[in-house]
Amino acid sequence: MELTKEEESALKGEKGEVLELAYRILVATGEAINADRLVPIHWAHLSGVNYNTIGDAGEEFLSKLSKDAKVQVKTTVNPMGFDIDKVSDYKLDDDFIKKQQSISESYKKMGVVPSFSCIPYEIFDLPQKNTQVSFAESNAAIYANSIAHLKTNKESAFSALASALTGKSPYADLRKEDSASPNLTIQMKVKNSNELTYGLLGYFAGKIAGSSVRISGTNDLDKRSCKALCGGMGTSGQCGKFVLDDNDDNQSEKVDFDNKEMQNILDELNTTDSGDLVVLGSPQLGLEEISDLALMLKGRSFKKRCMIFCPRAIQQQTSELGYANTLKRAGCEMLFDCCTCLTPLIDKDNTDGVITNSIKGSYYLKNSNDVKVNLKPLSQIIDDETKW
Amino acid sequence: MVEKVIVKGKAKGKILKSQIPINFLGAVDKKTGIIRDDKHDLFQKSIKNTILVFPYGVGSSVGAYTIYSLKSNNSAPYAMICKKTDLTVASGCALANIPLVIVTQKEYDSIKNGQEISLDTESKTL
Repeated sequence: MELTKEEESALKGEKGEVLELAYRILVATGEAINADRLVPIHWAHLSGVNYNTIGDAGEEFLSKLSKDAKVQVKTTVNPMGFDIDKVSDYKLDDDFIKKQQSISESYKKMGVVPSFSCIPYEIFDLPQKNTQVSFAESNAAIYANSIAHLKTNKESAFSALASALTGKSPYADLRKEDSASPNLTIQMKVKNSNELTYGLLGYFAGKIAGSSVRISGTNDLDKRSCKALCGGMGTSGQCGKFVLDDNDDNQSEKVDFDNKEMQNILDELNTTDSGDLVVLGSPQLGLEEISDLALMLKGRSFKKRCMIFCPRAIQQQTSELGYANTLKRAGCEMLFDCCTCLTPLIDKDNTDGVITNSIKGSYYLKNSNDVKVNLKPLSQIIDDETKW
Repeated sequence: MVEKVIVKGKAKGKILKSQIPINFLGAVDKKTGIIRDDKHDLFQKSIKNTILVFPYGVGSSVGAYTIYSLKSNNSAPYAMICKKTDLTVASGCALANIPLVIVTQKEYDSIKNGQEISLDTESKTL
């Protein structure tokens, strides 16, 4: 990768330790994705906020870094481990709270917007088409490239952090306006699709696709299915972009996603037939999905506990529009600033099984929280788990 | 033959080889280095103090912190060898100073589990 004189000098440490570290990361990632140079980016979105995901080593690293580091571009951040207004409702140990607050403070000190959301594309105004951004958080990177007309590598927590600190990122294929055409097409053959089938399709696609994939045979995707597809794809693979295209006139390899393939993935991720806790929001639910959910739940209430994860940015609107009330009456707990993935709020000792429609959530609940998961689409969750 | 050096360094150790990509955030315990995904071929094995050979990293972008944590907890591999690159593993190894190289498919196939090897990125040799 070619560096400018100024970048070379920063890499050598002539502009301080923070920039040396940032350029070391950018150079390694640039090599990894065959970039020829660095380009300016206009928005960074960071992952690595929840104490459960980054641990003591991460907490200490950020605390040290924040003494000198400042972000150079608009920088937003992923969910953390709890909702500060609800801390007393959960048995969180003091150490967790202290470390989580330290992480949050370190990021604020560096100048980030404390958004604590994995759906930045839903809660911030989108910049104009083809704007270069750096999104860690796999579902957001895929959404940015595939739906929001933005350009990002499928960044890692550190590459996005390095981008925030320098305002630059390696210029590789996903950033180019004429990025390579996907060499694989997945043909959606599952009938009566819903967000669960799209999540499974995403997980399947992520496993076999390279850096991008074409998907044919999908109907118009609503927001829920779209986010499920991005979330599933981000969990299983390294694919950073999909193109919805029914035109078969291309040279790419074709693979069917049919009922058999879908069942294989369900067998991997669905680990129980029932549960005692309903969890929605991985990725977090935005205003559109909350509005939809409030409509579905009108006059109904959950027979089991139900946790719903949302960004803080929509809290006020959910109250003003009456959704918060409807959800509360239906027995839902709304939690802000946090999400399903590696949450300390769901504990295997107190949970027989989680019922969710999220493929992404199911993977991390199973592997990181050691909790059994029952996967169902939202419509079936409402049919089975609520009463009039 | 080393095709590409992502993070420079030297290492010596026993190969632990996998055929399945790794999601570091979900599948690896950051304190012990033990693989906890029961669908993975390294399930219950520890990647600590090995030369870890695997196709490439997948999934969460926070996996980079897992790699950094493994190093801080003295549970990291001495080096990693992949056949494809990805940003999560590259940036995690860069920050943690864990040598990382990409090898050709032929070289990848010839590496045997349990084999003792030394890696030197200067001379690009295994």
